[in-house]
Amino acid sequence: MATNLFDGLAYGMLLFVMAAGLSVTLGLMNLINLAHGAFAMAGGYITVILVNRLGVPFFAALPMSFIGAAVIGLGLERTLYVHVYRKSHLEQVLFSIGLVFMAMTAVSYLAGSEQQFIKLPAFLASRFDVLGVSIGAYRLLIIVVCGVLAAALQFVVARTRFGAQLRAAVDDPTVARGLGINVDLVFAATFAVGSGLAGLGGALGAEILGLDPTFPVKYMVYFLIVVAVGGSAGMTGPLLAAVLLGMADVAGKYYLPQFGAFIIYVLMIVVLLWRPQGLFVRAGR
Amino acid sequence: MKSGNIAAAEAALRRVSAVKPAEIVFWLAALAAFFLLPGEALLFNEVVITGLFALSLDLVLGYGGIVSLGHAAFFGVGAYAAGLLTTIGVTDPLTGLILASLATAVLGFLTSFLVLRGSDLTRIMVTLSVAVLLKEVANRIPSITGGADGLQGVAPGPVMGVWEFDIFGQVGFGYSLAVTFVLFVIARRFVFSPFGWSIRAVKENQLRTSAIGIPVSRRLVVVYTIAAFYAAAAGALLAQTTQFVSLDVLEFHRSANLMLILVIGGTGYLYGGLIGALLFKFVQDALATATPQYWEFWVGLILVSLVMIGRERIVGLPASILRRLRGAA
Repeated sequence: MATNLFDGLAYGMLLFVMAAGLSVTLGLMNLINLAHGAFAMAGGYITVILVNRLGVPFFAALPMSFIGAAVIGLGLERTLYVHVYRKSHLEQVLFSIGLVFMAMTAVSYLAGSEQQFIKLPAFLASRFDVLGVSIGAYRLLIIVVCGVLAAALQFVVARTRFGAQLRAAVDDPTVARGLGINVDLVFAATFAVGSGLAGLGGALGAEILGLDPTFPVKYMVYFLIVVAVGGSAGMTGPLLAAVLLGMADVAGKYYLPQFGAFIIYVLMIVVLLWRPQGLFVRAGR
Repeated sequence: MKSGNIAAAEAALRRVSAVKPAEIVFWLAALAAFFLLPGEALLFNEVVITGLFALSLDLVLGYGGIVSLGHAAFFGVGAYAAGLLTTIGVTDPLTGLILASLATAVLGFLTSFLVLRGSDLTRIMVTLSVAVLLKEVANRIPSITGGADGLQGVAPGPVMGVWEFDIFGQVGFGYSLAVTFVLFVIARRFVFSPFGWSIRAVKENQLRTSAIGIPVSRRLVVVYTIAAFYAAAAGALLAQTTQFVSLDVLEFHRSANLMLILVIGGTGYLYGGLIGALLFKFVQDALATATPQYWEFWVGLILVSLVMIGRERIVGLPASILRRLRGAA
């Protein structure tokens, strides 16, 4: 029981780190970006190539996965996404699906369509007991890393000058520009960091989530759930949503294997029925 | 005595809904394809089925304004229902088609309440989830659906008790074309009816539409239910003419490609789905011959370019034809 909760927590934290960027671009900037999972996949593959082919240590490869995905994200934001912000939702959907298709086929062309496994350091495979709870070292690492990231994100968004600029730019870009905030720069930086976090999450999660070219489609709904259920009032909502989702999914697959993924989808539909509008509207607006 | 304004409006509506010469040419061309290109019947059968499926999405998206990313749900359920019906003794294709489509329309009616409210994002997520859920269901009950192996033993009888399905797809194509034509005519009648116009009004502005006394939710429920019927009919045609149903009918790719097909052809004038299906088939065939495994990359590139460059500008040549089909409107 406790072990399941622990695994679910690790899984949920992973989902949070991967979806954090989306909760800003989709939740706050209202950009329907179905291709967010592709950045997570990019981070995963960068790590696979660095660790398995080039022999880079796992812990050195993790920051690289962040940087790699962030650079890709920044490039795409400056060249393509920047033109899509103001387009209709239908066009955003078409555009991001197109990107997903391209990313999936490009990856299977470059790395093959089979599932990839990252060679992890041996000590991460160990398990130990704490108060009768069996804890995997790797999952503990995920929780620690993602927990630190979550705290840092919350701090940046809520307390720093950049966070204030971001919130202002999202609330009303025109007025923010009038106040001398470089809105384009803020959006670009946000997009890059969000993509980077997705990449880092993809690298960390390859072991648990599985990594193959269908990754962006397989987890698309999960990311969307985190954003939709979490709301957009800050980083706490998505974090809670992600952890709940992770725990529900792990518990569901463990206790009711015959229903598996059903629980998540049914839950989500129920939540969306229960609060169809409210979930996406920020408090006080 | 009617006032001048009403008379003028009537005349304008009649002009828009009148059958244009280009439409007659379009269907004559389809008929010609049936008689003159028997060797391509299998391919055309696929095109017609996809076209009917896209027509269904057009009702939802082009007329109702609902962005659905899970339209394959209805296509798949229709296909499985039609396939299963043949295995339990309902072998007459038309009966099977109608029963399967009606059953799916019930599903469409029930799920329509999920897409009534909320933002585009909510609708995308709900439609996507329904399709994923149904695929999971189909995958988990192999005793009924055949699971990952697909549904075997789909054996429809002869069409109208006369024409047996042949391996060259002649009968299949003729059957699909006839069904699609009939459903198209009904859809055309529907969208140019006052009811159809009120649905367009809903898409333009929900608030104003409800202010002039049109029940917005009811309109969307009806159009979504009808669209489910149409999508299921397309799925049933596929099951009957290919005599096989696999999980592929419920795949995400099917819903996503469908959206591309409709957007290539153009939304909101009914022919977009059929024209898009034809264009898409040619593009797909050309790409699949050039790069067998990676053709979806180019599909993705087309999608991205469509949005980047703008649909109107990229579809320069077909657009002039489309305008003629649309008439002066």
